Amino acid sequence: MNDLPRLPVTGGCRDEPILKQRGQREVFCGLTGIIWLHRKMQDAFFLVIGSRTCAHLLQSAAGVMIFAEPRFGTAILEETDLAGLADAQAELDKVVDQLLARRTDIKQLFLVGSCPSEVIKLDLSRAAERMTEKYAPSVRVLNFSGSGIETTFTQGEDACLASMVPVLPETTERQLLLVGALPDVVEEQAVSLLTQMGIGPVRVLPAPRADSDLGIGENTVFALTQPFLGDTHAALERRGAHHLAAPFPFGEEGTTAWLREIADEFGVDAETFDRVTAAPRARARKAIAQASESLRDKTVFFFPDSQLEIPLARFLTRECGMQAVEVGAPFIHKGIVGPDLDMLAQGPTLSEGQDVDLQLDRCRSARPDLTVCGLGLANPLEAEGLATKWAIELVFTPVHFYEQAGDLAGLFSRPVRRKDLLRVEAAE
Amino acid sequence: MKLTVWTYEGPPHVGAMRVATGMKGLHYVLHAPQGDTYADLLFTMIERRDHRPPVTYTTFQARDLGSDTANLFKTSLEEAYERFKPEALIVGASCTAELIQDDPGGMSETMNIPVPVIPLELPSYQRKENFGADETFFQIVRTLARPMERTRQITCNLIGPTALGFRHRDDITEVTALLSDMGISVNVVAPMTASPSDIRRIGAAHFNVLMYPETAESAARWMERELDQPWTKTVPIGVGATRDFVKEVAQITGVDPWLDESRLRLPWYSKSVDSTYLTGKRVFLFGDGTHVAAAARVARDEMGFEVVGLGCYNRETARQIRTLAKDYGVTALITDDYLEVERTIEALQPEMILGTQMERHIGKRLGIPCAVISAPVHVQDFPARYSPQMGIEGANVLFDTWVHPLVMGLEEHLLHMFRDDFEFHDAAGPSHHGGHAPKPEARGGPAPQAAPAPRDISRQKNEGSGVEVIWLDDAERELRKIPFFVRGKARRNTEAFASARGVAEISVDTLYEAKAHYAR
Repeated sequence: MNDLPRLPVTGGCRDEPILKQRGQREVFCGLTGIIWLHRKMQDAFFLVIGSRTCAHLLQSAAGVMIFAEPRFGTAILEETDLAGLADAQAELDKVVDQLLARRTDIKQLFLVGSCPSEVIKLDLSRAAERMTEKYAPSVRVLNFSGSGIETTFTQGEDACLASMVPVLPETTERQLLLVGALPDVVEEQAVSLLTQMGIGPVRVLPAPRADSDLGIGENTVFALTQPFLGDTHAALERRGAHHLAAPFPFGEEGTTAWLREIADEFGVDAETFDRVTAAPRARARKAIAQASESLRDKTVFFFPDSQLEIPLARFLTRECGMQAVEVGAPFIHKGIVGPDLDMLAQGPTLSEGQDVDLQLDRCRSARPDLTVCGLGLANPLEAEGLATKWAIELVFTPVHFYEQAGDLAGLFSRPVRRKDLLRVEAAE
Repeated sequence: MKLTVWTYEGPPHVGAMRVATGMKGLHYVLHAPQGDTYADLLFTMIERRDHRPPVTYTTFQARDLGSDTANLFKTSLEEAYERFKPEALIVGASCTAELIQDDPGGMSETMNIPVPVIPLELPSYQRKENFGADETFFQIVRTLARPMERTRQITCNLIGPTALGFRHRDDITEVTALLSDMGISVNVVAPMTASPSDIRRIGAAHFNVLMYPETAESAARWMERELDQPWTKTVPIGVGATRDFVKEVAQITGVDPWLDESRLRLPWYSKSVDSTYLTGKRVFLFGDGTHVAAAARVARDEMGFEVVGLGCYNRETARQIRTLAKDYGVTALITDDYLEVERTIEALQPEMILGTQMERHIGKRLGIPCAVISAPVHVQDFPARYSPQMGIEGANVLFDTWVHPLVMGLEEHLLHMFRDDFEFHDAAGPSHHGGHAPKPEARGGPAPQAAPAPRDISRQKNEGSGVEVIWLDDAERELRKIPFFVRGKARRNTEAFASARGVAEISVDTLYEAKAHYAR
């Protein structure tokens, strides 16, 4: 089996010009990541220090209130907090006391900065240090910013994971670290494939609990499972860990390339690699072929959302037969998505950042068969006759690795099939 | 600083967005950081709107803070005007922009935009969504409306409906029809459906129908003062209130009261024998003040429930709700703390909750049926079918909606008779609810020992001597035989009964003595 991905003959997109426009950005802020992070880290509480808007965003982004008492909350700043800052630190202590007394199951507390807390320069790292001392050893207190002025959507997870890296214990052990919050089922599949190749120990960041034995050091090599982890990547390298740059594990091809990179690092021979991957690869190919039937030769347009856009465009164009018109990402980090850019054939407009009105104009004139966009744009575009895929589902659904490759194609093909299926005209 | 898990209301600028999105030809330029655009999805997803809300956000980032956020606002305002060509603009700041004090209102005055630009001052750290909607509508009316010649026929304005409102869409239709039956036509519906030019002719109506005081009372009071338009004080939710509303309109206008009741089914449905099982059902009400006040009257007078507690989350209506609670012999719960509402419901152990989507979750957790009567809204609160709360059809809808979550009359008896039957067991729940029935805890209801201190709310007494009571094994087994939907009440009543008599241990006899004592 040929494990190395074939690169486009006309060249990849790594050095293509990037369209950068400045205007209204229609994106979530980094606080949104709390919705999935708090499910992943089961002994963690995320306390946003912010405004009513932050609290409202969290419950609106969660769609419904699925949890009777979730492990996240907002310390809402009030007039009195804005008047004097010394006050705000004391107030925060009070809120945290109240919270930890109530939730003795909490082992990690994240103080999460927001737009208002940053603008008034509320020093959360000082607060986190003070509280770590106060509550040691039962609770570890960390801080990161999920504010909209600093972060976009998935960058919140990046900021969170990056905040955890400096406090990880030192280890000299040779180990593989998988970085990125994945659904448990997906994570187990990845670990299982790697273990079958004889690679180990395999550890994951974030670990489900604070008391895991995760350490870090110069013998650690790490692979990212999500493309939005730029700051975490930098923090890990500062601790001496070594990054394995690879295409992201979406689709059969991406998963194989990602695994191949790790296998090479750990000296896995080709025969072992094929033995472990042959069956799931065949399954993935078959599933993608079925799910992507309705996607062949269709055009796709990406609005910036989760930073998954480039790897997904690579998957859709190479494995599902689609043509990309525009691939917009909130932020393009070539050190991380470079391998995916290499594989993405030239042609689509690459854009970074956004002026949403101008981008909508481009989308309307291109009239793509499928538009991948945020929740604020999806229904309005559907009403204009464009089939859309809400991007947020891509971070809330298991889509990585072989066994989910068909599901991933299915997420995109469903809106297209649905459009063909419905035989009902809108009422006038 | 206040710890908050869930919020009943968004920030005030979301209230302003509800006004802007309901209207036509108006555009909102909001000075706000990147991320605040999440609010668009409230309208496009929850309400399934097919257009983006007419809002331009400046979406400033950290790097702009050092340089020139004010200029960013000016550019955004100019570009928004050029692109959307609205008849009028509203401008304001979200919570973060309020802190950087760029003064959008002041800046817009210097810019020579050829249409009215209405500045909004919405204090984000003090007030909330309903205030934001009320204040925004008030400022729009104050800027655009002027006294003018009245229409020759008697007309009114319907004021209060906004985007993202609880059943506002259908209430407009229902109230318009009801008024039309009296020979009164509608001049302007606002904010929902109105354009700025419609607001300019709002003064032509003879009076205002204030549908939702939460979002339009300030405007109603201003129009009474400046345009000499009286406004209706009755919100026509429920049979009695709808009849009162018709009388009030007749009194304001001098036309004959007339209400077509040919489609009204609630009174008969409520009288028919199948509804006997509704008698004295203990209900707890929570929501916005207007809907709670209306629902309390329907619950007691038109459904025959017993109101065991009520409250509201918007403190603007606190006084009204406190007065109302007195009439009902209960204490009003005025709070926007979700956990406090949950604690209250746990302590009261009602048989049914009439609340918001938040209480629906509390009910789900506690195994108490819940019907939704008020915002905050959820995608389920925008049904495809016609489903008003107001007027005749509204009353019919209330009957259906409130009865639906309950176990029905004969089914309740069957559950009593065959309580050990493999199909009629606790976990099966109401048969018409498919897979969504509440799942009582494994051992059949909360363990009696873990019960919250009995807090008596029934009217006849409070003997409470505060003795800790325990359940003997056989009594506990007997308690578990009682169907889950009345078990909470049985447990509470028995404990209160025992505690009042200084009985420390509950036996099977105590259980049945208590049952006899509370029999009605």
